Amino acid sequence: MDYAVVVALQIVSGVATLVIVSLGLAVVFGMMRVINLAHGEFLMLGGYTAILASGQGVNLWIAILVLPPIAVGIIGAVVERVLIRRLYGRMIDTMLATWGLSLAFIGGVTMLFGNSVTGISAPLGSFEVGRFHVAGYDLFLVAASVAMSLAIWIVLKFTPAGLIARGTMQNAEMAAALGVPPDRVYALTFTAGAALSGLAGGLIAPVSGVLPTMGTAYIAKAFITVITGGAAMLTGTLVASGLLGSVLTIFTFLTTPVFGEVALLVVAIVLLRLLPRGITGRFLRRAL
Amino acid sequence: MTISRRDALKTALLAAGSTLAAPAIMRQAALGADPIKVVGIHDASGGLDIYGQPMIACLDFAVDEANAAGGLLGRPIELINYDPQSNIQLYTQFATQAATKDKAAVVHGGITSASREAIRPILDRFKTLYFYNTQYEGGVCDRNIFCTGSTPAQNVNKLVPYVQKHWGKNVYIVAADYNYGQITSKWITKYVREGGGQVLSVDFFPLDVTNFGPAISKIQAAKPDAVISALVGGAHISFYRQWAAAGLKKTIPIASTTFGGGNESVLLTPEEGDGIVSAFSYFQEIDTPENKAFLEKFHAKMGPKAPYLGAELAMRTYIGFNLWAEGVKRAKSIDRMAVIKALESGISMDTPAGKTTLDPKTHHTTVDVFVAECANHGFKVLETFPQQPPLDTASVCDLAAHPNEAKQYEVDVKI
Repeated sequence: MDYAVVVALQIVSGVATLVIVSLGLAVVFGMMRVINLAHGEFLMLGGYTAILASGQGVNLWIAILVLPPIAVGIIGAVVERVLIRRLYGRMIDTMLATWGLSLAFIGGVTMLFGNSVTGISAPLGSFEVGRFHVAGYDLFLVAASVAMSLAIWIVLKFTPAGLIARGTMQNAEMAAALGVPPDRVYALTFTAGAALSGLAGGLIAPVSGVLPTMGTAYIAKAFITVITGGAAMLTGTLVASGLLGSVLTIFTFLTTPVFGEVALLVVAIVLLRLLPRGITGRFLRRAL
Repeated sequence: MTISRRDALKTALLAAGSTLAAPAIMRQAALGADPIKVVGIHDASGGLDIYGQPMIACLDFAVDEANAAGGLLGRPIELINYDPQSNIQLYTQFATQAATKDKAAVVHGGITSASREAIRPILDRFKTLYFYNTQYEGGVCDRNIFCTGSTPAQNVNKLVPYVQKHWGKNVYIVAADYNYGQITSKWITKYVREGGGQVLSVDFFPLDVTNFGPAISKIQAAKPDAVISALVGGAHISFYRQWAAAGLKKTIPIASTTFGGGNESVLLTPEEGDGIVSAFSYFQEIDTPENKAFLEKFHAKMGPKAPYLGAELAMRTYIGFNLWAEGVKRAKSIDRMAVIKALESGISMDTPAGKTTLDPKTHHTTVDVFVAECANHGFKVLETFPQQPPLDTASVCDLAAHPNEAKQYEVDVKI
């Protein structure tokens, strides 16, 4: 019985991790159609912000939750201004540019901080489920993923800014005709996406550790999740995370981590064969 | 990749050109003024840079030291470092380049066993001498390669008895999913059974796995006395974090054949890392006058950028270069066969890691082995086992009797 509870907890926290690392990409790729191959490095920069701040004696929660989105948001704004802005609508060029950016970030961080900065241990201790110990931080990550999703939903659905952003993404020319400057909306949306990635980096830093190359472990899964999710970026990401995260964790439990990842990829491929426009290209089409 | 006619033509011209130029190069070599080329292939970036960067620093230091002492055979040494970026394909490319373009006298490099097995056949084919300076799973039997790191009969053979004596008989193995992890887990199984214990399960993880939650639950369900890890690379360090975060450090201790080979102990906080036990043929903390003298020189030279050397990989790279240099001095030549024969004449050297002797029959080394415990970002040496011979490789490999062998033997343990 307690084993079943522990497995269930692992599935939930696996799904939550996928949601957390994918949301920033969902905004940038799902909404703006910008293929940001530097997404993993935005996570990494968030992680570095968190561990460097905490190393300087900043309160742990501020270091994890507040500083990474601010720092990476600023970096994102600069990247949008000097790089992405010139490449809107040129998908292949964007891929190349952001891939270069990702290499530059990895190299730059390695040069500046090296690859040996001491990380932070996960706070919140552990609790017992029967004879099993579970990290308290896992549950915190679940709560954080729910909070992030809710926040995005509220902003997009109930605020004028969210309405303008959605309108501009749907039809930039019409938005411009109505007096909305699309440039500024794109810039702000990209910044928000980067800030979300930064927050994700800060959140996963205590469990995954922080290295200049950590982004590579997450980027593929984030893209698979967002693409499988399809057009409705928030609902799609959540549904896809739920599905893929559960498949990954269940198969990892039943067999090995290798087959867990194989199962995840098989499910994603089959889904995209049946639903080329992603899950929300077919179902829940009117969702956000 | 497609090859255009123009490219093919260029290559042909280049090849023709270099054939013509070859006598000129040889003449220059005869003059003795041009540098001896040594190639290093270590990952300076990517997930394996946690091992690669200290190794490169030590190779640089060793070459500088030799050059300051007047070079070799009156010629300066030119070190060419390649960064394969934790990518096996680049390893094969750079090994070919080292042999054909650079005409290297020796190649030092390879970190994972996968990278070694990728470049070993290439360097064999091009008859370029190869030094592999990493602790690994043992069994390589090839006259062209010298393996200067420790192997399971030296390290696992000390680690497992420590675990069984202090923590209990039954263990759970977590290992990296490639030849090193696969073979090393067999060795761990063998020694655990010899000690009267059981291996409850072996889990393998690809090098980019960062979520160990399911594995940690499985281990708890199996209730082992200890966990033995043969995990490799930056991503796998998450295992130790998540283990500590689940509050398991106090209930089930961890020993490892790899922990400390890179900068694991620096990356983890003391709450996460302290108490993890490993066995290697060197730790930066070993307390000998030779080691202290080395560290003083190393830090004076590298300044504040000096990396933490951790366990043996970086130090074995330093020793590997010096063993090769000794071979060259004895052979009075950089010719491959002459150097191999000189190295097989029984070379023994006092090093910062203690006495290291090259075994002519296996091309492996007899070394001192240390069992140590991670403490406050470093290691505390617990036990010392002087002069351990490479018995695992020696049981299957005799290059004196079969000089033409070029293969890797695997231990046969049924799991």
